[in-house]
Amino acid sequence: MSYLEHSVKSVPSGLRKIAYLNWPLVLLLISVAGVGFLMLYSVAGGSFTPWAEPQMKRFGVGLVVMLIVAVIPIWFWRNVAALAYALTIVLLILVDLIGEVGMGAQRWIDLGFMRLQPSELMKITMIMLLAAYYDWLPAKRISRPFWVVIPVLLILLPTLMVLRQPDLGTSLLLIIAGGGMMFLAGVHWAYFVAVLSAGVGLVVAIFQSRGADWQMLKDYQFRRIDTFLDPASDPLGAGYHITQSKIALGSGGWTGRGFMQGTQSRLNFLPEKQTDFIFTTLAEEFGFVGGISLLTLYILITVFCIFIALATRDRFSSLVTLGIALTFFLFFAVNMSMVMGLAPVVGVPLPLVSYGGSAMMVLMVAFGLVQSAHIHRPR
Amino acid sequence: MRRSPKELEATHRKMGRRALLLGGAQLAFAGALGMRMRYLQVEQADQFRLLAEENRINIRLIPPARGKLFDRNGVVIAQNTPSYRVVIVPEDAGDVDVILSRLSQLIDLVPTDLERAQTEMRRSPPFLPITVADQISWQDVSKIAVNAPALPGITPEVGLTRVYPQGADFAHVVGYVGPVSDYDLDRIDDPDQLLRIPRFQIGKVGLEAKEEDNLRGKAGAKRVEVNATGRIMRELDRREGQPGADLQLSVDADLQAYVQARLGVESASAVVVDCETGDLPAIASAPSFDPNLFVRGISVADYRALTENPYRPLANKTVQGTYPPGSTFKMITAMAGLEAGIIGADDTVYCPGHLEISGRRFHCWKRAGHGHVDLENSLKQSCDVFYYDLALKVGIDKISAMAKKFGLGVRHDLPMSAVARGLAPDRDWKKRNHGEDWLIGDTANAAIGQGFMLASPMQLAVMTARLATGRSIEPRLVKSVNSAEQPTGAGTPLDVNENHLRLVRRAMFAVSNDRRGTAYRSRIIEDGYRMAGKTGTSQVRNITAAERRAGVIHNRDLPWERRDHALFVDFAPFDNPKFAVAVVVEHGGGGSVAAAPIARDITLQALYGGTPPLAAYPSKDRSKIKAQQERLRRERPGGDKDGKDRA
Repeated sequence: MSYLEHSVKSVPSGLRKIAYLNWPLVLLLISVAGVGFLMLYSVAGGSFTPWAEPQMKRFGVGLVVMLIVAVIPIWFWRNVAALAYALTIVLLILVDLIGEVGMGAQRWIDLGFMRLQPSELMKITMIMLLAAYYDWLPAKRISRPFWVVIPVLLILLPTLMVLRQPDLGTSLLLIIAGGGMMFLAGVHWAYFVAVLSAGVGLVVAIFQSRGADWQMLKDYQFRRIDTFLDPASDPLGAGYHITQSKIALGSGGWTGRGFMQGTQSRLNFLPEKQTDFIFTTLAEEFGFVGGISLLTLYILITVFCIFIALATRDRFSSLVTLGIALTFFLFFAVNMSMVMGLAPVVGVPLPLVSYGGSAMMVLMVAFGLVQSAHIHRPR
Repeated sequence: MRRSPKELEATHRKMGRRALLLGGAQLAFAGALGMRMRYLQVEQADQFRLLAEENRINIRLIPPARGKLFDRNGVVIAQNTPSYRVVIVPEDAGDVDVILSRLSQLIDLVPTDLERAQTEMRRSPPFLPITVADQISWQDVSKIAVNAPALPGITPEVGLTRVYPQGADFAHVVGYVGPVSDYDLDRIDDPDQLLRIPRFQIGKVGLEAKEEDNLRGKAGAKRVEVNATGRIMRELDRREGQPGADLQLSVDADLQAYVQARLGVESASAVVVDCETGDLPAIASAPSFDPNLFVRGISVADYRALTENPYRPLANKTVQGTYPPGSTFKMITAMAGLEAGIIGADDTVYCPGHLEISGRRFHCWKRAGHGHVDLENSLKQSCDVFYYDLALKVGIDKISAMAKKFGLGVRHDLPMSAVARGLAPDRDWKKRNHGEDWLIGDTANAAIGQGFMLASPMQLAVMTARLATGRSIEPRLVKSVNSAEQPTGAGTPLDVNENHLRLVRRAMFAVSNDRRGTAYRSRIIEDGYRMAGKTGTSQVRNITAAERRAGVIHNRDLPWERRDHALFVDFAPFDNPKFAVAVVVEHGGGGSVAAAPIARDITLQALYGGTPPLAAYPSKDRSKIKAQQERLRRERPGGDKDGKDRA
């Protein structure tokens, strides 16, 4: 039974598609973004500039982009997946060539109206390509070595390019999301066991390489790992971020100090208070209640995506949606672990809340895909 | 590619299972995040909240103004004046090098200061002010103020620094302050936080050091909210400190200046004790130094000049210097004899010029001898043999006890540095410290204030005041603290027979007023102000028998450091003692020649409260005294008020 055969006649058309959006998901996204605006307003000392206002504009644009992506049939996206992937790879190469140097790493291309981070885009296009690949691949071949190597290469190519930038956080996210996609697609679990053991071996090797000629990570990356393992060792230097963010979180208590009353973030004790560490401001001002609420919103978004994925019988739609759910989860889980001192500081933003254009735009495109999958699901 | 519905169904179910598995894992991880959040925000909240407060709030100390020092009439001896320094805030300055070169065209910048400023600038955040010039003049401040538009980021700042307007006159009385050193901090068990303020001044020597606790005051504090880089965002609250207590000294600045000038370039010291209160209208040690040099930070050359001077200008000889009291001690021996009932007023001793004691010959200063001498004559002519004889009868222990009763060999508690205890030896002392038995010859030496006997000029003045009053006068340097009068040193009656005291006083009167007295030449002829005194000449060397045979070399022919010390003590007026004075001129030669005139001049100056009329002096000295008074007046730019009758 072909997808086209039984779906086209039951799929809504034209503007009616809007009515078929998963509205609860849209509301959840708006709520999370709203929390973001509030926090950006607060960390700017009660001002819409310089962060809250641009962020709101971007979210508005993001919503429109999401709608546009959503109304375009999901099979269109499946058909362009390979092209999108190839384009992103080209952009990643371009970053290497013309990218500007920012924060010691080449990450973005200045498009004039916005700064594009191809590595952010990669997270989506890779998922699309893998979903398309497994949609196309007959079930019998899924676990055959040759057909396993191909997606692995598709994952490793962008990962290594991102790692070269260097952006440890994004490359880890790509690896985990890609691996997750393969797992969801039904690749035999023995592969994962093998890769995981190899991964452990690699970590050991990385630590062994420290100080040797073949050092595999940059010194600052090692230092980040060191301070993650023992933040107290250098409280004013490299461990400063973690220590200060824990202080901010902890001083929030049950209900927090109140909106705009967080001293830690307002007095600049927190680094990157508008981007990677924005969660600390929320936790300081709204306490445990605020923090757990945001976490609940995030979990709800993830759960909604999983439900959407399970409800559709189209394999591409399911895989894309699950992949996006996993990526979204990885975003907030890694970010929160980082600020709560459970993971090293790797520079992953809090999705939809942290200030930043690329990440938000890419996420809105991703949720557009989820909505498209929902609207165009076979009925 | 076509697929069978069954196959599709199977892969879809597999995906569903794995999606649920992965979703479960995600939920579990999210749960862990929630638990972690709870742990940090609820269980450890108190601890982190405390840490957050510590981060945010910074306590800055406000240094208190140091207590001022006044003389007994309210003349300022030490005060705090604004000192100006120039700071630069690199952030506001923009191009620091340009601004500094402009500044150097306006005022003189010290290259070392600039270098230090530049290293500081590299290390500290750009909004923190950095000192580029210190202790600059008001003129320089106004130059900077006028050119302020061309000097962004440059501001003159005002602080307080110690100033001693009386200069060298009070250097030994009050000492000086200086910036806290590591050595100072090590010495103090629990240093006040104040001491860690850069450029904070602490008493280093003398009264400034001894009364540090009174003078320093209590630090104020302001709580400020700072951001992560230490920039002050706002002041939360402020608690004003408590300025240090103002101290009024019992010293009279006019008299002190006179005494300092009168001692001149000699290595000498003089102490004036008020016989009623123990006040110290003058306590001067010469040569002196300018304490302001130390406050500013003395140059190596200046410091070396002070330390290498053989006259030891840094030593406060009034309390730190101890000398054999020589003949000035004879009053004590006489008192011991009188109190012991061994001699009376009319008992005489024959002085042939020496006394044989256990095979050794003890000489009187007068080789020919004084013949038959009684108590009064023995003091008047300072006969040594009389006292050798008397001491042998009285014994050293009684003499030592009497010395202590009159304040010798005991430490007077004065807020000055290194106050010496002196020494009034007895048998025990020698056994303890030298491991030898007391010899009879030691007693003979002690009787005339030689040998082991040591006293500071301060102690000699106190001794004289006690002889004059019969009370246990104690010196009092600090008259009042924050206007609260301190207990006087009037003391209690000494447990001695008043008649005996009267005998000794009368003998001392004869020293200064009898034609044959050793200090007759330095007498006061003004009737109400007659003084009673005693000369002393203490040997710094032993005169060997060989020397004696060759004829004792006159002091003038000896190198300075081997000459005798000249001493003189007196009190006046004789009938109603107001002041007791002790003068010691190191290596000055004979007491009657070198010390007595100085003591007399000081006594008169104290009695008149200014320049005494020439009529108070013996007529043949008047022209010399007039010239001297004029010279001293010229030397003291502050001038001197004319003598008013005070007694």
